Amino acid sequence: MSRIVGIDLGTTNSLVAYMAGDFPRVIPDADGHVLLPSVVAFTPDGILVGETAKRQLVRHPAQTIYSVKRFMGRGYEDVKAELRYFPFRLEPSQEIVRIQVGDRAVTPPEVSALILKALKERAEAHLGEPVTKAVITVPAYFNDSQRQATKDAGRLAGLEVLRIVNEPTAASLAYGLHRLKRGTVAVYDLGGGTFDISILKVQDGIFEVLATSGNTHLGGDDFDRALVDWFLADVLARHGVDLGRDPEAMQELRLGAEAAKCRLSFDERTVLTIPFPQHGLTYRREIARAELEALIEPLVAETLGPCRLALADARLQAAQIDEVVLVGGSTRIPLVRRRVQELFGKVPHSQLNPDEVVALGAAVQAHILAGGITDMLLLDVTPLSLGIETLGGVMSVLIPRNTTIPTSAKEMFTTSADGQTVVDMHVLQGERELAKDNRSLARFELRGIDPMAAGMPRIEVTFLVDANGILQVQAKELRTGKAASVEVKPSYGLTDAEVERMVEESFAHAEEDVTSRLLIEARNEADTVIRATERALGQGRHLIDGDEAERIGGALATLLGVRDGNDRDSIRGATERLNQATLHLAEALMDAALKEALASKPVTEVLEKTES
Amino acid sequence: MSIKADYFEVFGLARKLEIDPEELQRRFYEMSRRVHPDFFQTGTPAEQAGSLQRSALVNRAYRTLRDLVSRVEYLIQLEEGRETKEGAAGIKPEAPGDLLAEMLEVQEALQEAKADGLDEAARERVKAEHARLLEWRAVEEDGLRALAREWDAVGDGDGNREALLERMKRVLAARAYLNTVINDLGEALGGEAQNHVSHRRH
Repeated sequence: MSRIVGIDLGTTNSLVAYMAGDFPRVIPDADGHVLLPSVVAFTPDGILVGETAKRQLVRHPAQTIYSVKRFMGRGYEDVKAELRYFPFRLEPSQEIVRIQVGDRAVTPPEVSALILKALKERAEAHLGEPVTKAVITVPAYFNDSQRQATKDAGRLAGLEVLRIVNEPTAASLAYGLHRLKRGTVAVYDLGGGTFDISILKVQDGIFEVLATSGNTHLGGDDFDRALVDWFLADVLARHGVDLGRDPEAMQELRLGAEAAKCRLSFDERTVLTIPFPQHGLTYRREIARAELEALIEPLVAETLGPCRLALADARLQAAQIDEVVLVGGSTRIPLVRRRVQELFGKVPHSQLNPDEVVALGAAVQAHILAGGITDMLLLDVTPLSLGIETLGGVMSVLIPRNTTIPTSAKEMFTTSADGQTVVDMHVLQGERELAKDNRSLARFELRGIDPMAAGMPRIEVTFLVDANGILQVQAKELRTGKAASVEVKPSYGLTDAEVERMVEESFAHAEEDVTSRLLIEARNEADTVIRATERALGQGRHLIDGDEAERIGGALATLLGVRDGNDRDSIRGATERLNQATLHLAEALMDAALKEALASKPVTEVLEKTES
Repeated sequence: MSIKADYFEVFGLARKLEIDPEELQRRFYEMSRRVHPDFFQTGTPAEQAGSLQRSALVNRAYRTLRDLVSRVEYLIQLEEGRETKEGAAGIKPEAPGDLLAEMLEVQEALQEAKADGLDEAARERVKAEHARLLEWRAVEEDGLRALAREWDAVGDGDGNREALLERMKRVLAARAYLNTVINDLGEALGGEAQNHVSHRRH
């Protein structure tokens, strides 16, 4: 399997890392920088990403997009309140957010895709080989739409996203906590725009997340805003000028505030000096750490509620936490460290660079998926309860929050009118009682139900949350045994068809040969199934009879025969037929593995044996 | 073991209510190591789908069995499903009438106290009521544990089984009503008195 990289797609900065031998390593750009500012500038001369884009912030604020992560999977109504802090324009809409840059409108996944593409190219230049597969991290508290948006971004960037991993859990992998024989860990992750707390139980290489909580709109950006508002009031009081109306000045002030905030993590006092020639003044102001702390204290306090909630959900007291790990750039702030230490009553770990630890953990998870590590396993949870809207606008919970994923739930549906062939479902995520107070994820239409009298059809709908924390819905009519087709209308996301169209357009832009690219993809897929089938036959030949082995052999031979041809459809068809032929073998192998697990000795004995 | 196994069978356990949590966790981890999708990334699509389904089953089974209350609820579903052949129907609990009446009284008293602005004295009364109900719930849960031990002791085909199931159902129902009122009182107190946010589906 080709190399899988780990990517931390951050609000402020993004990074890419890979496994160099036994250790994860972040990949620098040609100038040696590992942090890629998550900034994209749409200039008349083309699109800039990273440091060069960041330099456009002051001169071209309306065309330069930063902190796009705050808009991922969101609706206009969700972000309306904070738009005054952003120089770029958003189109009011009921669906996915669209950002207006010049004469075009772009969606957050498209902007994120440009950042991911820059990281992909950086990794390819460093490793000297094509990079097509990635693990991407997201805040643990991201909902389904936000995760799906991140996955879409990866696909638009030409990356196969093998896994979406939660940032705090990724960080715990990087910390080498698996050396902990047994213990409980709290990961406090305060980044540029998001806050997460995760409580884990670590035992013999298993990282079991017990509970997670957070706020996807709380981070360093909010500290900067508190500081900017303070400076704005100060300029108005002392110079009688309202800089709030000048987008360029606001960007200068924001960048100045951010830098001052960072300096105050190490110095007791600092001075901010910004010339505003267009307003005939130079703003100079000394600020003390205590003043910054007074401004951000309520925001820092906001992180403690989710910490207590996560502890309660994990059924633990703060004193029962063995290790506390700090992640995210905002945990450099002394006030944050003090508050965390007070809450848990112990000095938190901060040996690893809080900016890099998530990307390093993503690289470790990528290595696990590639089969390079077999003794570590992450069992994560879904952060928010998932349910459907029922009569009276009430949310009925199907999968409660903090349920270990993958998980599934079944629900029965029927029709309310005679001859009805379509049934609607409204899927929600959140903790509130009323549907309207929760996040609308999508509306599903179950189609193809045979016309029957009202209430007769028995449609069994399976809600499956995969290891990425992303929902899949399947439906079956039990009387006829027929699968109903499920049409998804994401509330704040792109449809599959839209993503598909964007991918095709991006090919057109890159002037790549779409046909040859798709042919290569089909061959790669065929190779994966061929290799996996050969392995499965090696492991499970004794589980199937001669006829079945012959059928699989036949399908395998057919695929091998067409694999090198140029007909994409016949390659894909033969791949699918081989996969179908191996269905039963796969089931048999899986069940044999479970049987083996039951018969096995306690893990500790097994580990001792393999180590000796 | 197949995808159709019940949660006890998933972990190779007899249909008994006393389960050693350490042993259950050991089996859960061991099975996760064999079926988690992380280990099938290089597998056929069929293997990936199979691993996803089994992993979800193992996780659901663990979540249900690790907690006594959900374990009893599940056992009742299984036992009733087996007898009526109607599959896992929900539990339609019936709480003792006097408990129901008393809970209604507590609720009414709370509503009145809230309507009067919940002064210091009223807060103290609500707090005391909250503590009393928490204790009551603990007594019910002890009762459930005792019934669980009885269940494990009676053999298959014993006439006491049905009666035991009924008694467990009554305890579950009483506990559910207590929970509702405990949550309401806790909410009125501003959350600080709530020990666990209840997030189970009733």
